[in-house]
Amino acid sequence: MSNYELSFKRFGESAILIEWPQIIHKDVLNNILNFKQSLLEYYKDYQVYLNHAYCSLLINYETYDFKYYNEVKVLKDLYNSNKDNLSKSALLWKVPVCYDSSFGIDLEELSEAKKLNVDDIINLHTKVDYLIYFVGFLPGFLYLGGLEEVLHTPRRATPRLNIAKGAVAIGGKQTGVYPSQSPGGWHIIGNSPINFFNIEHEKPCFAQAGDFIKFYSVTTEKFREIKTLVEAGVYQLESEIIND
Amino acid sequence: MIKVLKPGFYSSIQDIGRIGGQAFGVPVSGTMDAYAGKLANALLGNKSEVAVLEITMTGATFEFNCSTLICITGADMNPNLNKIQIRNNQVVHIKEGDVLSFGKLNRGFRAYLAVFGGFKAKRVMGSYSMYRGITEQTNIKKGDALDINVISPTTYNTNASLRVKSDYINDITIEVFKGPEFQLLTEIQQNKLLNSEFTISKNNNRMAYQLNDKLVNNLKPIITSPVLPGTVQLTPSGTLIILMRDCQTTGGYPRVLQLKNMAINVLSQKFTGNNIRFKLIQF
Repeated sequence: MSNYELSFKRFGESAILIEWPQIIHKDVLNNILNFKQSLLEYYKDYQVYLNHAYCSLLINYETYDFKYYNEVKVLKDLYNSNKDNLSKSALLWKVPVCYDSSFGIDLEELSEAKKLNVDDIINLHTKVDYLIYFVGFLPGFLYLGGLEEVLHTPRRATPRLNIAKGAVAIGGKQTGVYPSQSPGGWHIIGNSPINFFNIEHEKPCFAQAGDFIKFYSVTTEKFREIKTLVEAGVYQLESEIIND
Repeated sequence: MIKVLKPGFYSSIQDIGRIGGQAFGVPVSGTMDAYAGKLANALLGNKSEVAVLEITMTGATFEFNCSTLICITGADMNPNLNKIQIRNNQVVHIKEGDVLSFGKLNRGFRAYLAVFGGFKAKRVMGSYSMYRGITEQTNIKKGDALDINVISPTTYNTNASLRVKSDYINDITIEVFKGPEFQLLTEIQQNKLLNSEFTISKNNNRMAYQLNDKLVNNLKPIITSPVLPGTVQLTPSGTLIILMRDCQTTGGYPRVLQLKNMAINVLSQKFTGNNIRFKLIQF
């Protein structure tokens, strides 16, 4: 496993922040996930919680009385001796999205700004296998990498106060799905009937960092049909195993 | 059972928080003033993780339909039992039919009501703390019947003689450590941040406290990275945002300071127009 130059920072009284080189790249993500796996094993008997983002990992020592310098030494040793422990295959989740203008309220504006017709935007948005970097911001909000460059769009100058649950949106270099109704400044291009966060499930998010998401376009009728099944708790999301 | 006659400005059930859900994007939540929450439980002899009621600003009234023991800590909201004044930080016996009301805010901003044995609610992801989208209810409403664990009086074993600290409620000093991006500030900006008085804006709630006074800066956004309750973010427009218990799990603004755990409690007793000062402390 290739090693990066890591920086360790004390973050408040009970946490350590580890930073990788500040870039958004799948190799960095895999390196973080790999290290995280070893840490989960190492801390399995302690109340220590791990939370990572694009190129950083927070270790939260809740009730574990840690000595900062000792702990950093332990972490460095663990990192340097870390073996490749990640599975070479990942899950690809196929997520239905209705791009009808009743949901995609910013599609027309985007189409004019990009000089692309709406179908082209939908094609560009559905052709990519988006890598899930992490879950953050809101319960179940997936940070996805891989948005086609032509679709990169600065956030709206004024955020909307209420974005619908399931809204599929583009903001800056990112695309994502709002898992619940919330304020937000991204451009809305569609809506997915899938629950991205379900508190009733032991694992409230069906997907995890390292998995992939692929969107596919469905009609308004199909959207309603899936939504009914999702609400009844009987919808089975399709996924397949892909190899690196 | 406790009947909510008036919910007050904003009241919710909270405990020590939903620790460990952050990898799913779930906020920590929990009592804003964790010291007061734990103190109320300690005085009653409850375990520290037992759920309490957080009452913000003023106005709540409750009717008990069972006998129990209660303890009120945190802000002084002029609590009355059957229209007779009672004091904070003391164990009070409650009989069936008693009415507990909170009146004018004298000091602080958030009071805690603990009951012997704790509030009973549905535990979600290891916590009773109310949060939109996680628990069924976000805050308590008029007419709600709050379930409590009724325990026979013979098992009462309170710590009424515990030493209580409440001076912190009036503190204007917020103790902080350097945040991960503190070093990106110029020396002048660092000095301004650590030597000025800041006023709390009207945008203050369980998620975050914004400050009115700006810190002009040219820091670039960071690549989205984890944040914690007590993280002080600096926006490109110069607004300082102090994240509180219900904050998001990641953020893209530079994290210039990190509040000491106790300082989060101190700040949670402040509200719009109050002044604070940051004081840098070493680890």
